[in-house]
Amino acid sequence: MPSIRAALLVAAIVAALWTGSRSEVTDANTAQGLAAWEQVYSVLTHPRCINCHTATNYPQQGDERRRHVANVVRGPEGKGVPGLNCAGCHQETNADSTGVPGGHNWHLAPLSMRWQDTNDRPLSSAAVCRSLTDRSKNNNLDGPGLLKHNEEEPLVNWAWNPGHRPDGSMRTLPPLTHEEFVAATRRWVEAGTPCPGR
Amino acid sequence: MAARQELNRRGFLQVSFAAASGLFVSLYLDPKSASLAQEAPMPPTQSKVYPPDAFVNIRPDGKIVIQVNRLEFGQGVQTALPMLLADEMDADWTNVIANLAPAADVYKDPLFGMQMVGGSGSIAHSFQQYRELGAKTRAMLVAVAADHWNTTPDKCRTEASVVYGPNGKSAAYAELAGEAARKPVPAKVKLKSPAELRLVGKRVKRLDSNAKCNGSLKFGLDLDLPGMKVAVVAHPPVFGGRVKSVVDDEARGIEGVTNVFDIPLAKGTGVAVVADRFWAAKQARSRLKIDWDLDDVEKADSAELWTRYRQLGRTPGNVAVSNGEANAIDKIPANNRIVAEYEFPYLAHTPMEPLNTTVRFDGDRAEVWAGSQFQTFDQLAVAEVLGLKPEQVIFHTEMAGGGFGRRAVTDSHVQREAAAIAKRLRGTPVKLIWTREDDVQGGYYRPMHFHRVEVGVGSNGLPVAWRHVIVGQSLLAGTPFESFAIKNGVDATATEGTADTHYNIPNFHVTAHHPKVNVPVLWWRSVGHTHNAFVMETMTDELATRARMDPIAYRRKLLKPEAKKLLSTLDLLEKASAGWRNSLPRGHALGVSCHECFDTGVACAVDVSIENKRPKVHRATIAVNCGLAVNPLTVESQFQAGLSFGLTQLMAKGAITLKNGIVEQRNWDGYVPPYIVDAPVAVDVHIVPSGEAPTGCGEPPVPVISPAVVNALARLTGKRYRTLPLVNV
Amino acid sequence: MATYQLIVNGERREVNVDPSTPLLWVLREDLKMTGTKYGCGISACGACTVHLGGIATRSCIVPISHVGDRPIVTIEGIGQDAVGRAVQAAWVETDVVQCGYCQSGQIMSAVALLKHTPRPTEQNIEESMGGNLCRCGTYPRIREAIKTAATQLTKGGA
Repeated sequence: MPSIRAALLVAAIVAALWTGSRSEVTDANTAQGLAAWEQVYSVLTHPRCINCHTATNYPQQGDERRRHVANVVRGPEGKGVPGLNCAGCHQETNADSTGVPGGHNWHLAPLSMRWQDTNDRPLSSAAVCRSLTDRSKNNNLDGPGLLKHNEEEPLVNWAWNPGHRPDGSMRTLPPLTHEEFVAATRRWVEAGTPCPGR
Repeated sequence: MAARQELNRRGFLQVSFAAASGLFVSLYLDPKSASLAQEAPMPPTQSKVYPPDAFVNIRPDGKIVIQVNRLEFGQGVQTALPMLLADEMDADWTNVIANLAPAADVYKDPLFGMQMVGGSGSIAHSFQQYRELGAKTRAMLVAVAADHWNTTPDKCRTEASVVYGPNGKSAAYAELAGEAARKPVPAKVKLKSPAELRLVGKRVKRLDSNAKCNGSLKFGLDLDLPGMKVAVVAHPPVFGGRVKSVVDDEARGIEGVTNVFDIPLAKGTGVAVVADRFWAAKQARSRLKIDWDLDDVEKADSAELWTRYRQLGRTPGNVAVSNGEANAIDKIPANNRIVAEYEFPYLAHTPMEPLNTTVRFDGDRAEVWAGSQFQTFDQLAVAEVLGLKPEQVIFHTEMAGGGFGRRAVTDSHVQREAAAIAKRLRGTPVKLIWTREDDVQGGYYRPMHFHRVEVGVGSNGLPVAWRHVIVGQSLLAGTPFESFAIKNGVDATATEGTADTHYNIPNFHVTAHHPKVNVPVLWWRSVGHTHNAFVMETMTDELATRARMDPIAYRRKLLKPEAKKLLSTLDLLEKASAGWRNSLPRGHALGVSCHECFDTGVACAVDVSIENKRPKVHRATIAVNCGLAVNPLTVESQFQAGLSFGLTQLMAKGAITLKNGIVEQRNWDGYVPPYIVDAPVAVDVHIVPSGEAPTGCGEPPVPVISPAVVNALARLTGKRYRTLPLVNV
Repeated sequence: MATYQLIVNGERREVNVDPSTPLLWVLREDLKMTGTKYGCGISACGACTVHLGGIATRSCIVPISHVGDRPIVTIEGIGQDAVGRAVQAAWVETDVVQCGYCQSGQIMSAVALLKHTPRPTEQNIEESMGGNLCRCGTYPRIREAIKTAATQLTKGGA
């Protein structure tokens, strides 16, 4: 029944636009949305993303997610501190000859967007989903806002063009391509950004 | 943070007179403490003449250039030795320029008979020498002035590079210098009394500060010569490996690369890349495809070594010390016995300035520039590689960015590499640079050590028996120092700090094993004291806690009465830390240690809490007895900074480990030394007033800090920390 | 090889180098300005710290091709700046240096701190100086010197 599905979809989108949170849609949509979320989560917890979504006052680096070299710290705005500014070393683009990644406005995600605990362990899918959809924490982004962020934000895009390590090898990429990531985000948003239970 | 120093007049006058024709150790030593002479690893000193004109040059513009006979690499010798000379000479200190002397016979260490810096011996060994040089120079200048004025030297006085005579006469040193040089060097010379000294004993600022703060001072790595090339060397991944084959077309394709060739190394062979610029050389090296022959080299592995070391440590080794009954400990009931095993990893020095040497070979002569701690050895090595006599090798001593022992290598391996490359590029100066990765992975580490200690505790809480086995590679086996430092199969550099303890321990039995391992090893600032002091001072602390005694009082009780220096530091520490030691806030604890090395006694108290799972040292109070403090400001700096260096041992990533022969760390990301957050926030240094012969401060700060911090941690957590580095607090 | 126009300590300089060359090595070997030091090459130690576009930057990891026309200030030029002068003077007054190899970088980081935070707390100092390694361990005197410079500057001295 395509028209009912369409109507329900519209209702879901309207509901999502209004509340940006859980929607009152069909189980099937919710299930699809949750499945899409798990795909999104798999990217968010990949080192290329989660290394800057820490709960501590430092970022991580590398696939082993070790504490970032030189004791760099978060600073009041996530941009480092005067003697150790993120942008001081991380230029506008990757520096492949020296193995330092770069992107516009390199900085740490705010603590409200932490996806790890203070022991550097990734938070659960449910916990990350909750914080991602909490407009008091996510820079007041609604569903479409989240989608746009994932599609266009330079530092998000960087994850798929992360440059080379100092030894010349390519940094590992997230488990989905950027297109797949955006598509999954879209599905999740259209399903009303459902979150798994605790 | 001021440290005040009063001079002991009587002690000083003991060294006022000196025979000019030679320099004998006994002249400036307190006759009761002949330990310096006993510890000398080289043959007895020959009489040496030190002509003043090799050390002092008075320029026509009034500048006084003083040659420093050893490397300046942070310790402040470039200021302190000239102070001694300038003071006796009554030179205008504002016109003094200090220069690092090139390699030459006349600049050899008077005690060790080789040009070197190490063993915290600079001031101790050259104190008398430099004073005499200054006094003789002054005497010659005054003699010229007195001649001119038809008067006698006793009617003249000197001040700030001017001789003043009767009837208002005066003459600047610069005017008199030419004639003074032709005067005979006096055989006897009178040194100043304490009251006459103007610089010595005062807090005098360093001479090299400005240049080091505005980027103008050149280190060895900064050298630039016309036509110079830069070289890097690909070293085998396992020590002693050899090059089997090289594919170098990609490397040669890098613009600026001029040469790629095999060279011999101290052990094995490597591949040198020479280029116009460092970056080109480094890029090219990373594009080399080298097939290494690693078949016949031992592949050291940390896990295997620990198993081996533990086994060895549980059996008696070669005897270092045997006082009383060797097996007295076995008769002590178990509940009065403490058994402890300690593990210490390999440590890299990683001075800030990467290793480097520049050589130019001209066929019948050569020129070398290096920030070397061992000029005599290095000059000989370069000569050997180039087929020259040492006299044909001009060896310049460059300012060095730290060393900690890393630039004092008996096999001169870096200089040999540089010479081997220069040999192939005759007439071209070649600057060899070891990258930081080369340095971290290149060996010459403080050896790993295992200790097993069994202590029998008496009813009064003091030890009644002590059996101690030390396992670790010998530093000196196979080096020219071997015959002096290895006795009865025991390398003294592995047991120092334990075997020569100043604690009064009955039935004290120390033995050592020196396994042979394919990892080059080297002294690391304070050498054997690095691990031995840790064991002695943490075990002593355990005993003090067990006896419910204050840690300072316990040590005072345990020390031999002859341990005057240490006892004096404990007394001073007690006073100096009285204001905070017993009133620490919640979550803070006190840690105490004391240790004597290179004849300097040190006591240390720290205030430690745990922050972010690491020890945070809020404050350290230091009491030091180094005899006369020539420059109390230098002494203060050395201790404030040396404590931070000593904390390298406690850093979570402060260990070099090997797996199947390959060093697992690459750079300061894998081997992480102390940063500002890891260092004591504040250190106050107190010097025991003394007029006795000066002893060194280069290494003494290092052994005391790690045990003191760990002793504080033990109070906070109740744990005993016997494995370094400190990974889990 | 490519040609780059640089602004170094207020002067226009031109270099012809491999684009992948880090700024550090262009300064040291092409411009013969050796005050900026090589310590590790992986931004772990800060000995190579310069100011690039006004931001404290580790020059060992910035390829020359990324520099553009942003002004570069090195230890050789920091004395042209009042904060720079105050920091250098405080360093000498406090007798901070030992071997001195790390101090160019320490000073450049300290200047960046004081320009931004004229009255730094102990924590500010620890954080901004937190990535500058000193193997000799001159940290306690570095703290003192920064406080001295801060006092001088806020008093209107320098």
